[in-house]
Amino acid sequence: MESTIVKSVDYNAYFGDNHVVKNVNIDIPRNNVIAVMGPSGCGKTTFLRGINRMHELIPGATAKGQILLNGEDVLEMHPIFVRLKIGMVFQRPNPFPNLSIYDNVIAGYKLNGIKLPKAEKDKIVEHSLTRVALWKEVKDSLTKKGSFLSGGQQQRLCIARAVAMEPEVLLFDEPTSALDPISTSTVEELFHELKKNYTLIIVTHNMQQAARVSDKTAFFYMGELVEYDATKQMFTNPKDTRTQNYITGRFS
Amino acid sequence: MASNHVKYRIGKSTFFKGLTILLACACVVPLIFILIYILQAGITKINWHFLTNLPKPVGETGGGIANALLGSMIIILVASVIAIPFGILCGIYLSENKKSKLAYWSRLCVDILQGVPSIVIGIVAYFWLVKPMGGFSALSGSVALAIMMLPIIIRSTEETLKLLPDSLREAGFALGLPFHRVVLKVIVPCGISGILSGVMLSVARIAGETAPLLFTAFGNPYLSFNLLKPMQSLPLLIFNYATSPYNDWHDLAWGASCILLIWVLALNIFTKLMTRKWKVQL
Repeated sequence: MESTIVKSVDYNAYFGDNHVVKNVNIDIPRNNVIAVMGPSGCGKTTFLRGINRMHELIPGATAKGQILLNGEDVLEMHPIFVRLKIGMVFQRPNPFPNLSIYDNVIAGYKLNGIKLPKAEKDKIVEHSLTRVALWKEVKDSLTKKGSFLSGGQQQRLCIARAVAMEPEVLLFDEPTSALDPISTSTVEELFHELKKNYTLIIVTHNMQQAARVSDKTAFFYMGELVEYDATKQMFTNPKDTRTQNYITGRFS
Repeated sequence: MASNHVKYRIGKSTFFKGLTILLACACVVPLIFILIYILQAGITKINWHFLTNLPKPVGETGGGIANALLGSMIIILVASVIAIPFGILCGIYLSENKKSKLAYWSRLCVDILQGVPSIVIGIVAYFWLVKPMGGFSALSGSVALAIMMLPIIIRSTEETLKLLPDSLREAGFALGLPFHRVVLKVIVPCGISGILSGVMLSVARIAGETAPLLFTAFGNPYLSFNLLKPMQSLPLLIFNYATSPYNDWHDLAWGASCILLIWVLALNIFTKLMTRKWKVQL
């Protein structure tokens, strides 16, 4: 019943000679929230950045294997097309400081030189900001700079910016680690809303968060995908001892 | 006993603090003296007639510096047109490719270029342009000044862009922007105040340069708009008239110095204000 949207086949990622992600095979079903967790340096962020080809922006970084988006290998596609279909939200909110809130939302169109009629832009902005539950808070200050917002609002603005491009998959790289608890819970609530239209892959080093928001959880350790299962199963009855040790806090 | 020691240390600290304040003030003194001196000697010579007329031959009273003023503006404008695109693009390259070999060598060259005496740059421009073209020209002067502007623009662009967080670039790339759009639509607009302040400072820096113009723009007692012919400029006029034996010409040189000084001061103040106004809050 669930169709696979992203599938990685023997995916390997390197920084120079450093082998960071090792032979990862994973099937990600459509309209799910997938949490990727693991200790620091386990390759989870590198794997995430590999999905939309952000990994290779770092000098010396290379990747091998396949990452299939609807059956098409993203490593064969032009990175620009990949990134239009797979949006990304980063650890720290990074709205464009030179653009207004309005322009930040449609930045993907504006900065790419795609001209849209004003009515359509208004629609996209309102729609995207509503989706991230920010519209009510900012609708009277759309012309103000994005950096004028609070950290949590900025992060939701960044999510709106990614959502505005109508991608199929949204990647989140520890999206709440720079936010206060209240903003964190707002963003977490968003995930439930967003998964109706998108597939969400969330890297987190916060186990509680993974347990709260995700349908399936992947556990990475030392660059390997150790275990991947339904979240409930993972947290109640992990199969691998390494997962068990991590979940019970024997190492972090 | 202990309290004496503490008192001694407090005294030492006070003395050191006083010394830094004193020396900080001492740095400002020469500038203030120069300003007062030149303003006193020059300000009375400046009037509408002075700004809009050509110099008169020796013996006739009056005369102005219109040719030098316009000439300076033209030469600097052309120098800026040459140097600004080169400088900014080179700065962008250096900030985007911090570790490449080419970046290492060009950074080294830029640093050395900054240390090359201006007269040497003038001579180089003479051999590159004046000799092959068969005569002195404003254009060759502009090229010499453009070479002097380059290191200032390049380094200030590089330093400004380097300070922008990587997350900004990533935000652009993650939206599917190609490299040139990330640079032109995200990086440059965010660093624009720093880039422009570098440009303005480089203009202020070359406005008073005499040596590179001696063998290139050469000077011209008449008004000329032809880039391929010799052209007068303020520093050349000051140099020629101040070394002449005539009092009238000395007066013109004082007036011209005053104008040049006001120009450079205004540019610096304008740059400061502009940088503050256009600074993008990260």
